Amino acid sequence: MITLPKPKPDVLARRDAVHEGLRAIMQDRGVITDATKLKPYETDGLSAYRQMPLAVVLPETTEQVAAVLRFCHQNGVRVVPRGAGTSLAGGALPLEDAVVIGMMRMNQIVEVNYRDRYAVVQAGVTNLGITKAVEADGFFYAPDPSSQLACMIGGNIGMNSGGAHCLKYGVTANNVLGIKLVTIEGEILELGGTHLDTAGYDWLGIVVGSEGQLGIATEITVRILRAPEGTRAMLAAFDGNEVAGACVDAIIASGIIPVALEFMDRPAIHACEAFAHAGYPLDAEAMLIIEVEGSVAEQDWLLGQIKEICARFNPISLKVSQSAEESAAIWKGRKGAFGAVGRISPDYLCMDGTIPTSTLPLVLRRIGEMSVQYGLQVANIFHAGDGNLHPLIMFDANDPTSMHKAEAFGADVLRLCVEVGGCLTGEHGVGVEKRDLMSVQFTEIELEAQRRVKSAFDPEWLLNTAKVFPLQAGTASAGPDALPHAA
Amino acid sequence: MQTNFTLDQLADPNIAVADKILRSCVHCGFCTATCPTFVTVGDEDDSPRGRIYLIKDMLETGAPASTPVAFHLDRCLSCLACMTTCPSGVDYMHLIDYARVRVEETYQRPAHDRALRAVLAAVLPYPARMRAALRAASLGRSVRGMIGTRGMLGQRLRAMLDLAPGAVAGRSSTERPGVFKAQGTRRARVALLAGCAQQVIDPGIHDATIRLLTRMGVEVVVAKGAGCCGALTHHLGKHDAALAFARANVAAWTREIGAGGLDAVVTDTSGCGTVLKDYGFLLRDTPEAEDAARIAGLAVDISELLVRLEYQPSVTPPPGMVIAYHAACSLQHGQRVTEAPKALLRRAGFTVVEPRDPHLCCGSAGTYNILQPEMAGRLRERKLGTIAPLKPDAIVGGNVGCLTQLSGTAIPTIHTVVMLDWMAGGPRPETLPSDATIAATRPPAAVAQDAEATWS
Ligand code: SF4
Ligand code: SF4
Repeated sequence: MITLPKPKPDVLARRDAVHEGLRAIMQDRGVITDATKLKPYETDGLSAYRQMPLAVVLPETTEQVAAVLRFCHQNGVRVVPRGAGTSLAGGALPLEDAVVIGMMRMNQIVEVNYRDRYAVVQAGVTNLGITKAVEADGFFYAPDPSSQLACMIGGNIGMNSGGAHCLKYGVTANNVLGIKLVTIEGEILELGGTHLDTAGYDWLGIVVGSEGQLGIATEITVRILRAPEGTRAMLAAFDGNEVAGACVDAIIASGIIPVALEFMDRPAIHACEAFAHAGYPLDAEAMLIIEVEGSVAEQDWLLGQIKEICARFNPISLKVSQSAEESAAIWKGRKGAFGAVGRISPDYLCMDGTIPTSTLPLVLRRIGEMSVQYGLQVANIFHAGDGNLHPLIMFDANDPTSMHKAEAFGADVLRLCVEVGGCLTGEHGVGVEKRDLMSVQFTEIELEAQRRVKSAFDPEWLLNTAKVFPLQAGTASAGPDALPHAA
Repeated sequence: MQTNFTLDQLADPNIAVADKILRSCVHCGFCTATCPTFVTVGDEDDSPRGRIYLIKDMLETGAPASTPVAFHLDRCLSCLACMTTCPSGVDYMHLIDYARVRVEETYQRPAHDRALRAVLAAVLPYPARMRAALRAASLGRSVRGMIGTRGMLGQRLRAMLDLAPGAVAGRSSTERPGVFKAQGTRRARVALLAGCAQQVIDPGIHDATIRLLTRMGVEVVVAKGAGCCGALTHHLGKHDAALAFARANVAAWTREIGAGGLDAVVTDTSGCGTVLKDYGFLLRDTPEAEDAARIAGLAVDISELLVRLEYQPSVTPPPGMVIAYHAACSLQHGQRVTEAPKALLRRAGFTVVEPRDPHLCCGSAGTYNILQPEMAGRLRERKLGTIAPLKPDAIVGGNVGCLTQLSGTAIPTIHTVVMLDWMAGGPRPETLPSDATIAATRPPAAVAQDAEATWS
């Protein structure tokens, strides 16, 4: 189980006063303090980790966020920001002495500007909600994490989320132009603007992916893009994981950049087909979803090239989608993949490592071996094009041994990613889940440099503390209160 | 998701079922995005995932339902949008059904709330009582202005009065058992669920169903001993009453199968259809389990039956007529019947458009609009707000509850089967504007957007 920092006894002792103060700021709306009502907030998409918070606040304006943060800062109260609570890394896991600030009431589209191709949205707008707001006019917002239906743009900023289509369009960081950020002191900063490359330091580069540790984003200006003339998906089925991995490597090595290049292995194919009825090849060991876009001629040419490459790897079948409905079904299966695995296993840990694509066959083989070694099933689903792995380790949370094994298995997978030259997280963030593995990736000096950035924004370490950095004795910058205690 | 039940608790078959459902939820949160209450109030406690968590906690601790739990579960519409969205196949319906029973059994509601629920359960399922109540409501409307708008009680009273039709129709043809003979050669024999409130609120719906089916060569039976499907009491958590209704219906139709055979049990109220199709589960632990499963297997929505019978129109609609199809949640989520009604209406010659966010409930949800007038009102406004830009000549749907909920604007609300009957030789719906008015309203250029409830 994960270790959380020792709650501050003085804050716990002032529980009622803190509740009172929050209610006064919020004028009695959107402050949750009742234990029963707090319960559903004790966890997020990583439900194996749970901790009841001190209170939940649901602000409706940036000013309220600022007032709540100012209050927490003045009173030394920790804060955990929360979007839709879909984090698979425990990014929104509360602390016993922390106030959770839930951003889901800030769900308005503030402005859409087609001429300069940007949209200003509040942090609680869902990722898909942005595209829905502009798609009738032929635009879209590119990053598309699998949870895009539900996850919120504020959380995407925190975790620098990616998605299937990031192979071509880049991740959140490449699609954000401006952020209204509230600091822990309650100051409202306007970072970036409505166009690329504002003058001065690249503040957006620091804030995007900072996992809610530097401030809370309340309003985000995102780049919206013209939708392509058309897209087409194809399915390539293979009789082994490694050969499919080798095929991915060959496609990327040939210089072709499809909009998406996704990998699913046998357990994943079966689970997703049961949910989406997309015509996935049930006899295959591994399958690639490859999507291209552009004019019909461009699509045909690209698909022709890709088919030729696939043919070199003895595919069982190659199938090009013939209609928009068929493509939609293919993606529905892929995007619902994590949940669909819930059909074959009560619980899973979704890992999120990134590796150089050339090491795919090796990494897949090693994961297969670990699966045997730990006696736990794995479904492999991932953004193969950019080497972002999502092995889903299936376990039974009602059985503690199984859970410990899954955690150890997951850690081994991530160590393997680092070993082959990759990194711990592609898009889910570090959260609490991978916190203790950060020292596998970084030296103590590198970690200390990162901690100093956090300290510059939040000297008392009140914002989403206990995430990202390993809790260890002797790290002065984490503050004495961050020292671990036995949980 | 992890659960924490003792072996003793799991020995209770209801807990065992709940445990299985809870275990299948992976807590991914996808369902929050399509839940009408979550998108309206933005609180995890009013989301499907939050409710699942509240239920888990209530069942695990074995404690009586607390006020907050009752509050948030009561706010659930049972629209089942969450089930359509859930990639993990979580059976939310049976979980919330059981949770409602637990709340009813263990939670002491405030006196006025208890009284209202008792009245609803005692009146709505019985057509004669319902008619009497509506007549009283017509009188009541004259004193509506005197009822305060503050406080739950006042809001609820007003909500009830607002839902009552202006004029109360006389007894409908389906209130007595009977057989309606097929015209020409008989192709099929079906039992029609006469049900309860609908035949009082709008008897024209059953009339249209019977006319249309008999014209198509179907013999329609209103079986003796069958009545309310049980949905109304079921959703109030009144388990025993609901079971009694279900049992009576299963017995009546099973007798009918023995007497003349049945090819289907058809309903033109989709809210009832969802429950009919669930009879097998509802009565799983009773001696009637097998019969119930058979009846559930025979249950169809009228639109499904008409597709099967290859409905054909005989006349064409007035030129320029555009109708907005409103997907009732009990059809689109409860029964997953999404395309059949639209396909039939298009086959009948209508131009069919759909509002944005068709997956979101209109707030009707059985007795919800009476018990939760505030949330229901917000959902009604939202739904009407997405329909208005389509400038339709009528709002058409398959559930009387929605039609009542969305009425009261200049746009008439009409049942799908009434429109289909009209195009097959039946009478023109009285509430429709004249042909000249229809022709004068230009059909909108923009058609359905966002037809998909899920991601694409
Ligand atoms: S979508 Fe399904 S699995 Fe995911 S949280 Fe909702 S009910 Fe649970
Ligand atoms: S049934 Fe409807 S209101 Fe209830 S939780 Fe599901 S989506 Fe929300």
